[in-house]
Amino acid sequence: MLALVISHLLVAFLLPPVAMRHTRAAYLVAALPPAAALCWALAHAAAVLAGNQPVERVTWSATLGLEFVFRLDTLALVMTLLVSGIGVLVLLYSRWYFETPSGDAKRSAPLLLAFAGAMFGLVLADHLLTLYIFWELTTICSFLLVGQSGVSRESRRASLQALLVTTLGGLVMLLGFIVLGETSGTYRISELAAEPPTGSAAAIATGLILVGAFTKSAQVPFHNWLPAAMVAPTPISAYLHAASMVKAGVFLVGRLTPVLSEVSYLPVVTAVFGLVTMFVGGWRALREYDLKLLLAYGTVSQLGFLMVLAGSGSYTGELALAGMLLAHGAFKATLFLVIGIVDHQTGTRDIRELSGVGRRLPWVAAMAVLAAMSMAGVPPMIGFVAKEAAFEAYLGAGPAVAVEAGLVLGSVLTVAYTARLLVGGFASKRDTMPTEVHPPPAGMLLPPAVTALLCLALGVAYPVTDELAATYAERSVGHSGEYHLGLWHGFNLPLVFSLITLFGGLTLAAYNAGLNRLRDRLPSPLDAQRGYERVMGSLERLAVGVTGRVQVGSLPTYLGIILLTVLVVPGSVLLIRVTPIEQLRWWDNVLQLPLALVILIAAAGVLRATRRITAVLLVGVIGYAIGGMFIVGGGPDLALTQFLVETLTLIAFVLVLRRLPARFTETPSSLRVRLPKVLISLAGGVFVGFAALIFSSARDTPSAVSGEYLEHAEEGTSATNVVNAIIIDFRAFDTVGELSVLAVAATGVASLVLSARSARRRKHARSDWESLAAAGRAPDERGGKGRT
Amino acid sequence: MTDPRASDGRSEAAEGAWFHSDAPAERWLLSGYSRDPRERTILLELVARVVFPTVIVFSVYLLFAGHYRSGGGFSGGLVAGQAFVLRYLAGGRLDDSSTVSMRPPVLIGIGLTTAVLTGLVPVLFGGVVLESASFTFAVPLLGKIKVVSSLFLDIGVYLLILGVVLDLLRTLGSGIEADIAAPGGGPR
Repeated sequence: MLALVISHLLVAFLLPPVAMRHTRAAYLVAALPPAAALCWALAHAAAVLAGNQPVERVTWSATLGLEFVFRLDTLALVMTLLVSGIGVLVLLYSRWYFETPSGDAKRSAPLLLAFAGAMFGLVLADHLLTLYIFWELTTICSFLLVGQSGVSRESRRASLQALLVTTLGGLVMLLGFIVLGETSGTYRISELAAEPPTGSAAAIATGLILVGAFTKSAQVPFHNWLPAAMVAPTPISAYLHAASMVKAGVFLVGRLTPVLSEVSYLPVVTAVFGLVTMFVGGWRALREYDLKLLLAYGTVSQLGFLMVLAGSGSYTGELALAGMLLAHGAFKATLFLVIGIVDHQTGTRDIRELSGVGRRLPWVAAMAVLAAMSMAGVPPMIGFVAKEAAFEAYLGAGPAVAVEAGLVLGSVLTVAYTARLLVGGFASKRDTMPTEVHPPPAGMLLPPAVTALLCLALGVAYPVTDELAATYAERSVGHSGEYHLGLWHGFNLPLVFSLITLFGGLTLAAYNAGLNRLRDRLPSPLDAQRGYERVMGSLERLAVGVTGRVQVGSLPTYLGIILLTVLVVPGSVLLIRVTPIEQLRWWDNVLQLPLALVILIAAAGVLRATRRITAVLLVGVIGYAIGGMFIVGGGPDLALTQFLVETLTLIAFVLVLRRLPARFTETPSSLRVRLPKVLISLAGGVFVGFAALIFSSARDTPSAVSGEYLEHAEEGTSATNVVNAIIIDFRAFDTVGELSVLAVAATGVASLVLSARSARRRKHARSDWESLAAAGRAPDERGGKGRT
Repeated sequence: MTDPRASDGRSEAAEGAWFHSDAPAERWLLSGYSRDPRERTILLELVARVVFPTVIVFSVYLLFAGHYRSGGGFSGGLVAGQAFVLRYLAGGRLDDSSTVSMRPPVLIGIGLTTAVLTGLVPVLFGGVVLESASFTFAVPLLGKIKVVSSLFLDIGVYLLILGVVLDLLRTLGSGIEADIAAPGGGPR
């Protein structure tokens, strides 16, 4: 399993060079790993249904208890069929959709494949942290896919919104995972399910995890990123926002219901949020004119439906969930791909402009009708079969009645917007000119044809679907196992509900135009998108405010803050734990005296200096004298380094000084400003002096560690220079770490300097060119070209 | 040692002919491109060029000696970097023979990679990260030579430090110089 996941990611990494040359071939290559995954899942399907679930463990870090664990259980099998199956179809479809090898096309093939790999890993994960890693990988892939090249402002905003919302949820979810894992002692989902955690820790963890699931699956109030993300090209929307990624939240709840079976509020919360989402999505879908946006709101609505089922925890509910997952994947993928064809061949997705497309593209329309029938719940489609099971799951008393009523009402909306989609997209309209349609290539028709037929096949061959769904549902606690997915259960309540939804929905669709006029007049006090924008706006204002107060832009202030911190933190420790200064001698070596004198004179000189270069040179003198101290003290290595670094610092100072005024700007300041400066700097100096005395007298014999170093340097590293042995051998890990820090710092400083300069030069370039051109001579080419 | 032609370079520059007459006889002694003759210090330029290889050799000596005596990759890298600083100070940013053709970030990257790989190589032989081994072998003429694997970590340090110094020259040295020379520049 790990090999399959890695093969996705590996091929994705190797794909860009192929995509640069043969964009279309890249899509075909990209379809291979998901195809392999699909075949592998199908080959194992029989064994999994019989209860033989393949498990694979790879230890990642034994000390931290981190491991990758993959398990193919029934839920994973259902999701793999969707993720890999639809993945293959979407990749094949993309080969025709991106007809001109644009930048988008080149980027999308590897990203789509990487996304498929991440999603595949996510559904197989049997370890909470493994799951989290793949969860965030899908977030990143979707950010890159929705954002595309980032040229248009719209796509940048949409991708950022998707990233922010889902990452926020992901982080909260990680917190929940950690609470769950730490309190129960294991991060393995199968082990957690065997012994469901109880108590307040599990309740808190559930709340946190649900936030993650709700953001990813676009539940109210986080639903708005999904319609916004529709700026992405249609195949990407079809894959990410219909078939797989947005289902991750529903999948997560489904995956964890056995684990969280002791948490009583889980079904209530998912039912409430799910139903609200179902209404809001359906309601908004009835107003949209863009076919893709209509579908997007439809997806939001369906995700609400799925969320209700995922949290139910009952046998029939889980049965309905598995059926609905398959149904939704099949019909939503078909509809997105079909809308993509319409958009691609007519150039518009607006239902006010489309007319007579069904007559010109009969096959495309037929596929749309099949998928739409499944979405609306018309027999004998899989959508009908699953919806009947959902109605059956909530037959009962008390709160179940409310949920049932909600589901019926939500389904009425579903039927209504399905009718709006079909009529708006394909019917001939009297008052609109027939749209010009180019015939689509045959290859483009194949993927939606497969999924459209699946909508029918899964329904007609309901025993197969039932076998799959029932194996999944059997894990629910105290399952009855009586209900089975089927086309005919006799005259019963669910059938009545199905008829109500169909006729209610069609009636609603018929009067929708009038309703829309009414709706436009209604005030909409709550708008999730406006709420998101307001939150982001106030965050930015807060950031500006904080930065403005913290970054005052005055070097003396920063220095003062640093010195005060040093005085307060280590300084107070020094005062509280007064250590006596022992064995204080005036000097160890007479040569130290003249060196100290040089240092004192130079330090006094720095204070008096009015020219910058004088100050810098005097600081250099101090540095060299300290280097001399090292030589006298018997540390040639230290002295050598001190001299070299001092020289380099001096040179860097001199180089920079070319840009600075020669003299210090001395502004006459009042005593109130100068006194604190003097006090702080004096206190800083006294502190450093005393600290040096105390620290150096605290130890007069070599410590145990130094002794060890001295003893083992020769035999352990065959080095006679102990300093070097420490740097390169004993503490080599530190050295490598410091090297990385140095590399990052150097690169950072260089980019800052270079970017500031190029910005400045651009500003000057135009005005100078104009003035030089006016003066009648060309600018100095050699001077303008920096050798960088 | 001073080139007599350099002194009358200023008057020739006014006529626009100095550029050809001032070309050095020996390419390695003076570079063709140079800064404004008014700023040029021929003696310093020449000394820098003569001293340069010696300093580089000294830096390599420090690198190898570090294991037994004072020195090491850090000091060696700094000395090598300062050799380039000297060349820059003498020749200015247009003296392109004074800089390595490799861009400093690449050098930094190579140094870091060398250091990290040195740490990881022992793992391939079943050792611990950053473990070191020493090999002794005899070479004709030179006698017995001992190589300690941690030397490569030192070489990584050396390259990285050299890269950092060159980056400093690129940004604060020739960068600021180009800035001043550019239209609209000048000290502020």
